[in-house]
Amino acid sequence: MKIHQLSVFLENKPGQLRTACEVLAKARINLVTLSLADTVQFGILRLVIEDWQKAKTVLETAGCVVKVTEVLAIEVADQPGGLAQILEIVDHAGLNIEYMYAFTEKRGGKAALVFRFENADTAEQALKANGINMLGDVELFRRA
Amino acid sequence: MNMTEHHPISAPDFMPVNELRATQLSRLQRTVQQAYDHVPLFHRRLDERGLKPADVRSLEDVRRLPFTVKADLRDTYPYGLFAAPMKEIVRLHASSGTTGKPIVVAYTQDDIRVWTETIMRSLVSCGLHAGDIVQNAYGYGLFTGGLGAHYGAEALGATVIPISGGNTERQLMVMKDFGVTAICCTPSYFLHLIDQSQQMGVDLKKLPLRAGVFGAEPWTENMRERIEAQSNIKAYDIYGLTEIIGPGVGIECAHQAGLHIFEDHFLAEIIDPETLEPLPIGSEGELVLTTLSKQAMPMIRYRTRDITAFYTEPCACGRSIRRIRRIGRRSDDMLIIRGINVFPSQIEAGLLRIEGTLPHYQIVLTREKDLDQMEVQVEVTPEVFSDEVRGLEELRKKIVRSIETITGIRVALRLVEPHTIQRSEGKAKRVIDKRNM
Repeated sequence: MKIHQLSVFLENKPGQLRTACEVLAKARINLVTLSLADTVQFGILRLVIEDWQKAKTVLETAGCVVKVTEVLAIEVADQPGGLAQILEIVDHAGLNIEYMYAFTEKRGGKAALVFRFENADTAEQALKANGINMLGDVELFRRA
Repeated sequence: MNMTEHHPISAPDFMPVNELRATQLSRLQRTVQQAYDHVPLFHRRLDERGLKPADVRSLEDVRRLPFTVKADLRDTYPYGLFAAPMKEIVRLHASSGTTGKPIVVAYTQDDIRVWTETIMRSLVSCGLHAGDIVQNAYGYGLFTGGLGAHYGAEALGATVIPISGGNTERQLMVMKDFGVTAICCTPSYFLHLIDQSQQMGVDLKKLPLRAGVFGAEPWTENMRERIEAQSNIKAYDIYGLTEIIGPGVGIECAHQAGLHIFEDHFLAEIIDPETLEPLPIGSEGELVLTTLSKQAMPMIRYRTRDITAFYTEPCACGRSIRRIRRIGRRSDDMLIIRGINVFPSQIEAGLLRIEGTLPHYQIVLTREKDLDQMEVQVEVTPEVFSDEVRGLEELRKKIVRSIETITGIRVALRLVEPHTIQRSEGKAKRVIDKRNM
């Protein structure tokens, strides 16, 4: 099940991350998880948020460039080899991972990872065929 | 009112060519005589060449006359080039000099009449008429844009909103609430208005606004395409300069293929900026203008520094007054980066070749270890933004390559957040030169 991720362009200079987070805080929007990719020049803030449409509007109104991407939230057994098992499936299916990051908290006793595949649909099918559970909006946001 | 017929004020635009040339010659002779009689600098320069005003017998004889350059206006600051007594001068304007003193220009009552006429003819050429509601967002004051456009639009019978520049939110409110049908401002400011309108949730395409008369800075064809696509108006280029009269020296027509010069009031030549020799019709060079009607401050062979060329074909609109190509660059906004000549318009052209890149950019020049460094800052737009680092790096490389193809130099390119580059309320400040020279 695909979920929506917001990506925000940040210049790599002091205070930029805080500005984006404050905009969301003011609108009382809670982040489920995030990751930050950065280079010397710029950063990309990736966010998973329950009400992503509202978050997008709020960020754009504040002048941010925002992009919505479909990603997969994959359930991983919280034990040695848990991630390796997923990656094996990914390899065999010839899928290309653009990037990945973890949810900060467990979901129903299991770890969860966000995967951005080149092609989310193909990846979803391959993982499903191998009995891998993917979290949808309902499971992801119920805990909180 | 029959919209296919032009306002009678535009009749000179369609004058038979032989009549036009005859008018130009008699006015040139009168102007030269007047400058010789009243402007000491011009008198001395003619004497030095052993010339008398009577030596101007044909239009080609203009080539024997000395050039006037911007430095002449500075050197004779403030009133040294005036050819009329102060009691006949009813208006002064000035252009802000980037260094030191401004240059001052003067108008008699008749000069104001001529200026008003050329603006009226310009607006008619852009399809405007009595009944239009014109938002004049050129700055009012010493700058010629505001009052120039104001007088012309009012004389045409349009409803003028003298809002002047700045206060973008109010501009958009007025545009929407007052049912504005045409706007006058700089093209970069209009782009800024488009930006702001999107943020304010105003859809320009749904407003009655149908024409923009944009000038006071060079802009590109791509910029026009963007403006027209995003606002659903026709964007017309108006040309002019303070030294000659202000806006209203030249204007596009409905065909948007070059700018018609109001040749009955301004004599245009194209010269080679290096050799100063006249160039054959159609060749690209520097535009040189001589005023044919100005009384207070006649300008003889003023070097505009604007690079253009005459069209050789007559225009489909039927105007007999000739057209020049849009001014893409000036011979003096040229940047010399490590010995290579670069024009800001080339950077813009490089950016616009990349899909989705809006022309909000700035060039920052620095000098490190005696080497010129050129950084181009470009605002990231939703169209080009990628959630992958690789995607943005590729965008950066693509832009660098595109600029390199046009200019031959590799620039340092920095992607910046939207709205971090200062928007111009007037002319866009494209170049920040931090080199200490």
